[in-house]
Amino acid sequence: MNIAAKALENFEKITAKKMPAIEPVSKGHRACQGCGEVLAMRLAAKAVGESLIAVSATGCMEIISSPYPQTAWECPWIHVAFENAAAVASGVEAGRKALIRKGRIKDDGAKVVAFAGDGGTADIGLQALSGALERGHDFTYICLDNEAYMNTGIQRSSSTPYGAMTTTSPPGKKSKGQVTWKKNMPMIAAAHNVPYVATASPAWHLDLMNKVKKAVTVPGPAYVHIFAPCPTGWRCAPEAALQTARQVVECRMFPLYEVIDGRFVLTKDIKKPILVEEYFKAQRRFRHLGPEDIAYIQKRVDADWERLLALVKATNPDAAEEAKEG
Amino acid sequence: MGQRVGLEVSLACSEAVKLANVDVIAAYPITPQTHIVEHLSELVADGHLDAEFVPVESEHTAMSACVGSSAAGARTFTSSAAQGLALMHEILFIASSLRLPIVMAVANRSLSGPISIWNDHSDIMAERDINWIQYFAENGQEVLDLTIAAFKIAEDKRVTLPVAVNLDGFVLTHVIEPIDMPDQKEVDAYLPPFAPQQKLDIANPISMGLVGVPEIYTEAKKACQVALEESYGVIKEHWDGFAKQFGRQYNPIETYKADDAEILLVTMGSLGETCMSAVDQMRADGLKVGQVRIRLWRPFPADDFLAAVKGAKSLVVMDRALQPGSASGPVATELKSLLFDRGKQMYVSNFVAGLGGRDVTRADFAGMVKKTMEAQSAGQQMACEMWGVKE
Repeated sequence: MNIAAKALENFEKITAKKMPAIEPVSKGHRACQGCGEVLAMRLAAKAVGESLIAVSATGCMEIISSPYPQTAWECPWIHVAFENAAAVASGVEAGRKALIRKGRIKDDGAKVVAFAGDGGTADIGLQALSGALERGHDFTYICLDNEAYMNTGIQRSSSTPYGAMTTTSPPGKKSKGQVTWKKNMPMIAAAHNVPYVATASPAWHLDLMNKVKKAVTVPGPAYVHIFAPCPTGWRCAPEAALQTARQVVECRMFPLYEVIDGRFVLTKDIKKPILVEEYFKAQRRFRHLGPEDIAYIQKRVDADWERLLALVKATNPDAAEEAKEG
Repeated sequence: MGQRVGLEVSLACSEAVKLANVDVIAAYPITPQTHIVEHLSELVADGHLDAEFVPVESEHTAMSACVGSSAAGARTFTSSAAQGLALMHEILFIASSLRLPIVMAVANRSLSGPISIWNDHSDIMAERDINWIQYFAENGQEVLDLTIAAFKIAEDKRVTLPVAVNLDGFVLTHVIEPIDMPDQKEVDAYLPPFAPQQKLDIANPISMGLVGVPEIYTEAKKACQVALEESYGVIKEHWDGFAKQFGRQYNPIETYKADDAEILLVTMGSLGETCMSAVDQMRADGLKVGQVRIRLWRPFPADDFLAAVKGAKSLVVMDRALQPGSASGPVATELKSLLFDRGKQMYVSNFVAGLGGRDVTRADFAGMVKKTMEAQSAGQQMACEMWGVKE
């Protein structure tokens, strides 16, 4: 199946020179200083542009953007609850589909995009997301992953990285902080055989925007997992947000890749990785970890990277052949 | 003109949804609602109904998808029962708060535990305060008619609230009844296409579901509650309009042999018909018994109810759900509060009966009346009684 590849054949990239001026998420919201999540959401919304219909899960991004009677949303926007952004989006899509088919509204090319945090995606919203991906609705789901429940005060989620300190995974005499490995949401989304899955980081803003644009361009469900630094929750300086967003990719902890019709593509190869220790430095949430813990994390990060490379190789047999021949 | 057909009541509900030319159905199967959604999916699959059937992975998603669909401007239907309705709980409040005219058929079933698939009203009574219009059908014809009317009421610009049409599980959903099936032209004349005042539209962006800060939360709730209270007049208007179009009149409160009755049995839902038969029998035995049937539960038609009971000395109120820790069942609590507020003295007995599909027979109604008369003449107050408990 080449659904996504076909839809992306004449894909027009967003470039620095062709940056859309539109700001569906406008200024004046109430996010913390240095918030990487609102930056990521703003870039994603810009990438979709004037055709955006946004659905937000409860969470930081919903709270900071919509204290009645104010709204930061210049596009049609709906928030219903925490765990159901994908479900609401699927309803919006189904309703519009029926109305367009019955000639009651015109096909204006609107794109339905759901935004949720990591808790709303990997934990409480996983079932609704899985259902919406499986049913094949034409929508995009964007997970803005700041690796904990920040809106409620930095509690751990299944997307919190191993070892990280949160208010419910505190390091102590009998604990090193988060004791579980980060749930691999993009892989879970990819396992639904949806046309398009991608990971992105606001440190590579054009890459992020183009992935979101691709996601809304392909027909059917698409999933974009965006790393979203939270200086408040990660105990780092506001100005360090983008640095962490860059370093997490450079140390291979958060690889940037796409899954196009099931084919894995590395979009940012990291040939000379920095150590995870380097990435941890600016963040107090990792400060309690000792050399053994860091060595353990480094080992698993390296293994995960190798596994991803193997997936790229396995799903691109032609490319491997070409490389051999070339 | 329509025609009279023999039809399972669940299918009559689905046919009403088809006649309403609904745009989206998002539903998850649960006994005893299944036949409603099965038939709808068949109607869509066969091209008889041009709608999106969204086969969701849970009732929570069913109601969430309904919210999204309705917010997009589509006429939207779902159906559920018991555990499914409970799983929707969180979103039911939001659907009314967002003022979305979703219609839901609730095939009333008891809540676990213990698990029971059979009929009572514990599912909807747990959702009493969701700010939805809620009414109860007594038979198949009412299910069809009241489902069609539900869209008309819900979508009226003066209302814009969701409506729950309650029909007793199995007792109604799974029986075949003679149904007068209206034809499409008649329904179209009564029910125009949904014309939402607001919707998610890129040509006219709005924000829906904003944060209710303390300065406005109370006012938001007040506005929603006022809309429900004021829907009463619109419900009456559209039920009267239904009578003009289809010749069948529905009222918020119905009475049976109540005019000269000293004792009135109060019922809600399908047991009303058994009760009517019990009233006939007791009348034949010389008792001045009548019946009041509550069709509209939310908003509660207080004046209609008081007018219906004004000549009687006592009420025998039947509840089909428990209100544990309280002195009465939910219906009796409602009525006692109303009587007290209006300074009306009446002897009120309260029986919780028919839980989890337990049959309630004419003899049971006669027994409740007898017990009430004895206690009243002895000057004794009666506590709420769970009827027919095996000791």
